[in-house]
Amino acid sequence: MQIHKHDVIIIGAGGAGLMAALYASKGGADVAVVSKLYPTRSHTGTAQGGIGAALGNLDEDKPIYHTYDTVKGGDYLTDQHAAKILAENAVEAVIELEHMGLPFDRTSEKRISQRRFGGHTRNFGEELVRRACHAADRTGHMILQTLYQQCIKNEVNFFDEFQVVDMIVVDGAVAGVVAIELGTGEFHIFHGKASFFASGGWGRCWSVTSNAHSLTGDGAAIALRRGLPLQDMEFFQFHPTGIYRMGILITEGVRGEGGVLINSVGERFMERYAPSAKDLASRDVVSRAIYLETRAGRSIKNRGYMHLDVRPQTVNRYFAEEGRDQKDFIDDETIERKLPDILDFCRTYLGVDPVKEPMPVQPTAHYAMGGIPTNIDAEVVIDAAGTVMPGAYAAGETACVSVHGANRLGTNSLVDLVVFGRRGGMKAAEFARGSDWAPLPSDAGAEIEAEFERIRNGSGKSRPGELRQLMQATMMDNVGVFRTEATLLQGIDDLAELRERFYKDLHIDDKSRIFNTDLMEAWELGCLLDLADVTARTAIERKESRGAHSREDFKKRDDENWLAHSLIYQKGEWSDPAYDAHFDKQVDLSLWAEEIEAGVPEEQQKFRPVERVY
Amino acid sequence: MDVTFRIRRQNPEAPGKEKPYWQEFALPDVDPTDRVLEMLHRIKWEQDGTLSLRRSCAHGVCGSDAMRINGVNRLACKILIRDLGEKIQVEPILGLPVIKDLIVDMEPFFDHYKRVMPYFVNDDSLPEDGRERLQTQGDRQQFDDTTKCILCACCTTACPSFWANGQYVGPAAIVGAHRFIFDTRDRAGQERLDILSEPNGVWRCRTIFNCTPACPRDIEVTKAIGEVKLAIRKGTNVGIIETDAIH
Repeated sequence: MQIHKHDVIIIGAGGAGLMAALYASKGGADVAVVSKLYPTRSHTGTAQGGIGAALGNLDEDKPIYHTYDTVKGGDYLTDQHAAKILAENAVEAVIELEHMGLPFDRTSEKRISQRRFGGHTRNFGEELVRRACHAADRTGHMILQTLYQQCIKNEVNFFDEFQVVDMIVVDGAVAGVVAIELGTGEFHIFHGKASFFASGGWGRCWSVTSNAHSLTGDGAAIALRRGLPLQDMEFFQFHPTGIYRMGILITEGVRGEGGVLINSVGERFMERYAPSAKDLASRDVVSRAIYLETRAGRSIKNRGYMHLDVRPQTVNRYFAEEGRDQKDFIDDETIERKLPDILDFCRTYLGVDPVKEPMPVQPTAHYAMGGIPTNIDAEVVIDAAGTVMPGAYAAGETACVSVHGANRLGTNSLVDLVVFGRRGGMKAAEFARGSDWAPLPSDAGAEIEAEFERIRNGSGKSRPGELRQLMQATMMDNVGVFRTEATLLQGIDDLAELRERFYKDLHIDDKSRIFNTDLMEAWELGCLLDLADVTARTAIERKESRGAHSREDFKKRDDENWLAHSLIYQKGEWSDPAYDAHFDKQVDLSLWAEEIEAGVPEEQQKFRPVERVY
Repeated sequence: MDVTFRIRRQNPEAPGKEKPYWQEFALPDVDPTDRVLEMLHRIKWEQDGTLSLRRSCAHGVCGSDAMRINGVNRLACKILIRDLGEKIQVEPILGLPVIKDLIVDMEPFFDHYKRVMPYFVNDDSLPEDGRERLQTQGDRQQFDDTTKCILCACCTTACPSFWANGQYVGPAAIVGAHRFIFDTRDRAGQERLDILSEPNGVWRCRTIFNCTPACPRDIEVTKAIGEVKLAIRKGTNVGIIETDAIH
C-alpha cells in the first residue's frame, strides 16, 4: 500500500473539512484533504437559507440571544458553554467569510443582509429576529465555493475521490486513515499526526431525505467500529418542508420571507401549535404538527403532505393581519430574487410555480444532531468524563459538540461547521507541532482490505440496492418522527435481519478495480446499517420525548431522569456486534449555573430548562 | 410508461468491453416525472450493478452527474423522463477522457478552472471597525449570475472550440473568472484579464452559443464571456456591466 505522510489528514471536503484545512494550513501544518467527492460536490453546497450570526445589521441582536435560541431549540440538551462559543464565534466567522470574498446579499447600508429563520429571536424569545446572513437561497453553495477557492489559493493538498474506509488506532491514539483511490481501486495509507473527520451525516438511512446519495455516515461508522462512542444518536432531525415524495429541501427561508403552511381545510395550522412563532417554530415542532394534522385527516388529498404557500397575496394578507409595515410586503419579484433556486426546483421537479401555486411539502430526514463526541476544540472525546483521544478530531454534521442538543436550529449547521471547523483546524495544527509521529502497525489496512474482498466476492443472493431500500423503509416507518417501544423493536429486528443478509448473503455485480461504485455503495450500506442500528437502540432506551425524539409512549420531557447525553459503543465482530449504551454524560448547564450564582430569581433565569413554548 | 435506455458503455478492465459500445436496458413502470438519475439507479440497483456513474445530491446542486442525454448536456438528476420520451440515449460528456461508462476524467477541467485565479484577492487593509467590507446590492448583482456555477462541466464539454482544442480554458473557467473580475471588492481583475487574453483564453470562444442552453443553472454563459471579452478590449473591468439595468 502506498503511504502518504502529512501532519493533518482531513477526511471530507465540505464546509467543516475545508475550514479546518484552511486554518490548519495557516497554523503551519502540512495538510491533506482526503475526500470521496470533488470538494465542490459536498453537501454543504446544498444549504440554502443562511448562516446565523448576531451581526445586528437589520435588527438589534446579541450573541447571547443566539445562544439562548440554540439552547432552547435543542430542548435543553444543548451544552450551554458550547452554544455560547458557537454564537460568539459566529460573528467573527461570518465576517471572515465576507473577507474571503463570500458574496452575501447586501442591505441598503451595504452591509451583509439578514433574514428571519425558525427559532431565531431577539431578547430571549421576544420576537423573531433577522439573523440569517444569506446569499440568495444558495448560502451553502457560496460558503463551499469560497472555502474551496481559498484552499486553491493557499495550495492545500487535495486527494479528490479517495474514499476513507478505516482509521488506524495505535495504543488509544489515531495514527491515520486508510483510503481507497476510486479511480484505481488501490488502497492508500494516510499517516498523520492528526486525523480530522469532517465526513458529514447519514440521512440515507431513511427513504425520504433531503440528503445526498453520498451521505452514508462513513466517518461516524468507522469511528464506531474502532471502539469510539457515538453521542446522542437518537436525535435525528426531520425538516418539515421537503418536496413531497422526493424529500428535496425547501428552505425555511421561504417561511422566513413570509411563507405559511396550510392544511386541507385552508387553515394556517401552525397558529394552533405555536401561537407566537407560528410557521417559524423550531423544526421538530413543525414536523410533528404536520404529522398530527395528517392523522387528523387534514393533509392535502389525505396524502400526508401540506401546502407551503409563499404567493404574495397570501403572504401579504397574513402580514396585514399581523400589522406588519407595508414596506415589508412582497411581490413576485421579491420571490424571484430571494428564492431563485426554490422556484427552479419546484418548476423543474413538480411543474409547480410557487409564485402562482402553493408547494406540496412533507417532513424529510435532514440532519444528525448526534455523532462523534467532541469538545469545543473539535477534539474527539471517548467517555462521559471528556477524555480526549490523541490525534482524533471531528467537526460538522458528523461530530456532536453538542451545540444542537435534541434539535438543531435552522442555519446553525453552517455556523457549526465554520466555527468548529476553524477551531479544530487551529487545534490540530497546534497538536501536530507538539507531537511525534505514532508508528504505523505493520498490518495497517489489512483488515479493511479483507473486508472489501469479502464484499467483492460475495456469492449470495441479496443485492445492496434491495437491502438499502428495506432499511430505509423500516427506518421511516419505525424510527421516524414518532416512535414507540413497539416500532423501535420492530426496527431493531428488521435491521438485525438485514445485517445478517449483508454479511452472509451479499452479492455485487461489479468485480473490477477501477471506479467500482457497486463495491463502494455496498460498503456504504454497511455503514448505514450500523448507524441505523445505534439510532434505534438509543431511541428505545431514552424513555422520554425531547426535541426531535418523540416517544408516543413517553410523551413528556423528563429532566429528572433523562437530562443527559447518550453514548453508545459497539463491540465484537462487525458482522455480529454488541452494543453498550450509557446515559450518563452530563449536559453542560453552566450558563444556568451562572444565573443561579448571580442570584437571578428563578422566573428571570433564561437558561433554566423549562418547557419549550413557541 | 415503458422506457428504453441506450447507454454508451466502456470498461477498461472487462475483456471485450475496453472499447466503447452501446447497451440497451428496458425499464417498465416509469413515471413521467421520474428523473433520469433515478432510472439509471434502477438499472444499476436492479439489473446491472456494473453501470458506473457519478452522482451525489440528486437535485441539481452538486454538479456530479453531467451527461450527454439525447444529444444534449444535462444533469441526470435535473431532467425528467416526460421531457425526453420513451427512448433515452445516455453518453459521457464529450471532450474529456472516458474512465469507465459515464465517468470521465475531470482533472483537465479543474486544471483549467484553477488557471484563472478563481479566488478572491484583496490585500488592502480590512475595515477598521472589524466588520465586513461594504458593497452595494447593485454592485453585488453585477456578478450574481456567475456565482451560481457548480462546476459540472456541462458548458465546457458542449463547446466545439473545447472539443477541437483541449487547451482552451473553456466556458466554465471564464465564468469562474467573471465572478471575480466584476466583484467590486476584488483587486486581481486585471491579472485575470491578462490570463484570459492569452491564446488559449477567451478568444478561442467563437460565440457558438452551445454553452448557454447547456447550463443547468441557467447562467447566461455566452453573455458572461462577452463581458470578459469587452473588458479585455476596453482594458478595464469598470463600466462593462450596466448597473442601471440591475435591480
